[in-house]
Amino acid sequence: MGAGGETAAVIGVGMTNFSATRGDVSMPGLVREAAYRALEDAGMGWGDIDAVVMGKAPDFFEGVMMPEIFLSEALGCVGKPMLRVHTAGSVGGSTALVAASLIHSGVHEKVLTVAWEKQSESNAMWALSLKQPFQVSINAGAGGYFSPIIRQYMEESNAPELIGCMVAFKDRQHALLNPYAHLHQPDLTFDQVVESPMLWEPIRYSETCPSSDGAAAMVIADETIADQSPNPAWIHAGAMRSEANNFPGRDEVNPQASRECAADLWEQAGIVNPREEIDAVEMYVPFSWYEPMWLESLGFCERGDGWKMVESGATHIEGGDLPVNCSGGVLSSNPIGASGMIRFAEAALQVRGMAGEHQVAGAQKALGHAYGGGAQYFAMWVVGADKPTH
Amino acid sequence: MHERQAGKMRKVAIVAAASRQEEIMLDTEVEMMIPLISEVRNKVGLDQSELGFTCSGSSDFLAGQAFSFVMTLDAVGPVPPIVESHVEMDGAWALYEAWVKFQMGVIDTAIVYSYGKPSPGSLQDVLSTQLDPYYVAPLWPDAHSVAALQARLLLEDGVVTSDQLADCAIRTGTVDNREEYFSQPIIADPLRQADCPTYADGGVAMILASEGKAEELCDRPAWITGIDHRIDSHHFGVRDLTAVPSVRLAAQKAGVHDGPIDVTELHAAYTTHDLLLRKEMGLPEIPDIPQGSYPIKADTLMASGLLRIAEAARSIWGGDANRVLAHATAGPVLQQNLVCVLEGGDN
Repeated sequence: MGAGGETAAVIGVGMTNFSATRGDVSMPGLVREAAYRALEDAGMGWGDIDAVVMGKAPDFFEGVMMPEIFLSEALGCVGKPMLRVHTAGSVGGSTALVAASLIHSGVHEKVLTVAWEKQSESNAMWALSLKQPFQVSINAGAGGYFSPIIRQYMEESNAPELIGCMVAFKDRQHALLNPYAHLHQPDLTFDQVVESPMLWEPIRYSETCPSSDGAAAMVIADETIADQSPNPAWIHAGAMRSEANNFPGRDEVNPQASRECAADLWEQAGIVNPREEIDAVEMYVPFSWYEPMWLESLGFCERGDGWKMVESGATHIEGGDLPVNCSGGVLSSNPIGASGMIRFAEAALQVRGMAGEHQVAGAQKALGHAYGGGAQYFAMWVVGADKPTH
Repeated sequence: MHERQAGKMRKVAIVAAASRQEEIMLDTEVEMMIPLISEVRNKVGLDQSELGFTCSGSSDFLAGQAFSFVMTLDAVGPVPPIVESHVEMDGAWALYEAWVKFQMGVIDTAIVYSYGKPSPGSLQDVLSTQLDPYYVAPLWPDAHSVAALQARLLLEDGVVTSDQLADCAIRTGTVDNREEYFSQPIIADPLRQADCPTYADGGVAMILASEGKAEELCDRPAWITGIDHRIDSHHFGVRDLTAVPSVRLAAQKAGVHDGPIDVTELHAAYTTHDLLLRKEMGLPEIPDIPQGSYPIKADTLMASGLLRIAEAARSIWGGDANRVLAHATAGPVLQQNLVCVLEGGDN
């Protein structure tokens, strides 16, 4: 069944360098840098694009209301349709899926999609802590929100204490293979990760994502155009799910929305055994422990076994059978609104054979994954080196 | 829509809508939306788990809170999980995203909603933060002043006259006669109060369905026979403010001129916008085509566009009209525009 409708593929990917402060560019400069690289990769100019889909996380992160309005010219949108998506932390993935839907639907032939964040323009902690009447504020940031859920996972699964540190150390090693990554820490040792300050028990400083400036962009095209591309990443499946933040009996460790989104995804892609059939995974892991948690939720292993995959090295690019976040992941670069799209774009780079030093040899099918809110918004896609036959 | 596909699009209709607007609403966004969302679902007899897609539009800057739409999703009751998306745009664009999803052939029904509560803050100032943050926003030009820049150019270039503004204000019902209009003080030269919007809190929810399903849910579905949206340049010094090429193009792509229009629903928050939109879309200035409702009397940022589409659908359902034009706008001085044609299906 595929993703539905017309066949579509990624034929261009562009990213900026990610860093704490991209003081060398304005917001238009930042989005344009990623968009231009994606167009160049696709062998296209601004005039070739039919429509633009932009995504980013809360507008308070830059202090500009609906910034797509003022970025219209920077993204070559004048006279064209432009959409702005916002679905919390999953937004980069959702944005890619909305862009893909413009092709799947037959409405357009060539769409540019861009997701970005320039956190240095404002203050994320302020943006997330605006006081609301009649609402309890936990004032603890995202780490404070997720730490009890992680603790619950550790207790349920009997995971050893240092699994999270293993994930963090692995992703920082992977980041050394990605020239765009924000954190390049060649001298970091595993012991340093373990000894880093405890921020929100059990999450250590080195087990959290950084705050980054950055943008990612893709050109998505229809089958006729993608057939002319030397290495399109064909979209085999795309799925989104949302659930309420709080309701009786909610499984916060392994949310129903995540499980149902994954099940829909594998069905669309005709994948029966994800562990065997997926060659590379880019999943949204802002706190280290979410790697084993999502491995279970996505069906790469049985519930309670995710940490065993991490411990065995299965998710390491060196020798792992299911390399996860070869780009360094969210733990190494986190321009929030772009982080989901980076996952989707990195998955596309893997099946196009364009991931450079962090390429998984011969990757045929890859997963891009993003989540947001209180682990309640999910966006996922599967891309492949070959056209979907399903 | 793309020329290649024109005429090949799947038929989608609006089959139910519910809306509410008040000058100042004390309910929260969730409290406002729960009855509206329940009402449209009850009208068609579908519960949330039977709807293929949910899409909404809203702004964090209005709510004064990051991720504000996450709270409002509670009004839908997303348990079990739903297929859902959100645009930081007027709900008219949420409807567009849903329409695209119908074209993929993966859904038969959808719920679309949007809402805005400008009353807790000063919308005039909040809208300043939507302007270019490097060159314009630091000057804090308020919304009426930005609209006045355009109005001044329209008057000086002879595109509109003061009398036309007065007559437009009379049509919208903000004043009774020219004398009353001209006796009002100018609040943002050359605009008077009667030229400018009164803001309102409000929300709207609607159900869409594809051909085959829509006829089951509604006696006279309001079929979307054309929909398109375009954006212009943001920079006041670059764009000719006396023209709106984006709405002209969107109207053409939506097929506005392929048949007679019975009613127009324009998201015109200023008299100048009303006149300019009519000119750009080739509609008569003095409407022999009735204007169904006037957002100048109650403009709800993030919902006004979807409200116009809801009003357009109502005129089809009521049998008063067979072919209706609905319009939504976003950004300063009509920068971004969506045009939608709804038809009742009479021959």
